[in-house]
Amino acid sequence: MTASRRTRGAVRGLAVLVVAVFGPSGPTVAADEYIVVQSTTSAEHSGLFDSILPVFREETGIEVRVVAVGTGQAIKNAANGDGDVLLVHDRQAEEQFVADGHGVSRADVMYNDFVVVGPPGDPAGVAAMADVLAAFRKIAASGAPFASRGDDSGTHKAELRLWREAGIDAAAASGGWYRETGAGMGATLNTAIGLGAYVMADRATWVSFGNRRDYRIMVEGDPRLFNQYGIILVNADRHPNVKARLGETFVNWVLSTEGQAAIASYRVDGRQVFFPNAMKQP
Amino acid sequence: MGSFMGSLGEAAGLIMALDADLLEIIGLSLRVTLTAVAAACLIGLPLGAVVGALRFPGRSLAGLVLNALMGLPPVVVGLMVYMMLSATGPLGPLGLLYTPTAMIIAQTILVTPIVAALTRQVVEDLHTDYAEQFASLEVRPFDRVVALLWDARLSLLTVALAGFGRAVAEVGAVIIVGGNINHVTRVMTTTIALETSKGNLEFALALGVVLLVIALVVNGAVMTFRASAARMTYA
Repeated sequence: MTASRRTRGAVRGLAVLVVAVFGPSGPTVAADEYIVVQSTTSAEHSGLFDSILPVFREETGIEVRVVAVGTGQAIKNAANGDGDVLLVHDRQAEEQFVADGHGVSRADVMYNDFVVVGPPGDPAGVAAMADVLAAFRKIAASGAPFASRGDDSGTHKAELRLWREAGIDAAAASGGWYRETGAGMGATLNTAIGLGAYVMADRATWVSFGNRRDYRIMVEGDPRLFNQYGIILVNADRHPNVKARLGETFVNWVLSTEGQAAIASYRVDGRQVFFPNAMKQP
Repeated sequence: MGSFMGSLGEAAGLIMALDADLLEIIGLSLRVTLTAVAAACLIGLPLGAVVGALRFPGRSLAGLVLNALMGLPPVVVGLMVYMMLSATGPLGPLGLLYTPTAMIIAQTILVTPIVAALTRQVVEDLHTDYAEQFASLEVRPFDRVVALLWDARLSLLTVALAGFGRAVAEVGAVIIVGGNINHVTRVMTTTIALETSKGNLEFALALGVVLLVIALVVNGAVMTFRASAARMTYA
């Protein structure tokens, strides 16, 4: 008798579990009107989207689903038609995306800047340098470890441009002082901090990063560290599944006075980390 | 390891508080994984039993392939499913990319070989005991497979749990085909990966502890069921 009672108990337990899992679940039921935005980890992880998207949804009823990956992957996903809007930070690749017919047009959205962070011991002696190229040359000369994203992201491409301008063949040192993590910004920061390596990050990710330990910003303020974000509506002529009307509504909103104000009002620890600079007013 | 203890405390706090966002994430994790395991059992149990019990040409090769497929890297499965479901892929028009369904498909592909390979082993072992009897009674192949699956059902629960363990813990496949979209495709493992990226290591580890507790509860429920079913059967 005990056995059958226990069995019944176990069956009831399983039934409760099944209902809890497969039963009607309110918040996960998808709204009809949604778009997919392919974007970068920096905008997502810093909390920007969590801050501005509810404002947009309130006004338009459109849900925005953000896939946050590196800029390189975001552009590839969008080129496959797996997204309605692209919001990334690699101007050259963005213009190429539009030129290839995948995007309708590109517009500036906002900017911030990159910073070079490093360990408190500062083995390469680059603290407070204002010239990032000189700092990069000093890091290379000292042989102090430098962690690179190595993942074709916007930050990675910007970093590679700086090494090129500094006249240093960083790829030749890969595996030596130059460590390519092939990972996102956060994972690369975690690795760099574990290695005691210098690393270049966008300021938004750095300021909102939770595992900074005793790392500090070493180099900032060089105009070469400017980081521009752009927005592109994916071309529905090329990718018929693209929700052009909803996507355009979102792009126009981001570029509008209201959208730009929403971006400007976002704060991390009381600091503004994204500066809207849309030129075109729709 | 102060931060490790901190994580344990934070995990306890998370479980006590059970806020709506966390419940939603846990619910989706279980929905995706349990559905995938159920689908994998539907395919893998008969498949494994056929390979384990019947004689046919290429049988040992089939067993070898099933065993090898247990080692499929989740990222590779994720990529394959992404290419199938992408707008430019053959199944693009279904519009399944970045939905829980896509995650279920990926995990089903990941778990089916595990269920099939382990089932094959269980059924093959049992078949050696039954072979003579089957032969003397001239049992048809279909009935053999059914009889073996039924008699092995308690061991096969453990097989299903092995599949559950693999699916609930993987992040590589679901993050590619699901996109880790907040409130849509965010599950426990992708949240842990996300919080690690944000540098919130203690919180990420706390979520890992919560995931472990969920796995314990599911395993406990199934094992209790198994134990009482065994008592019923053999009492």
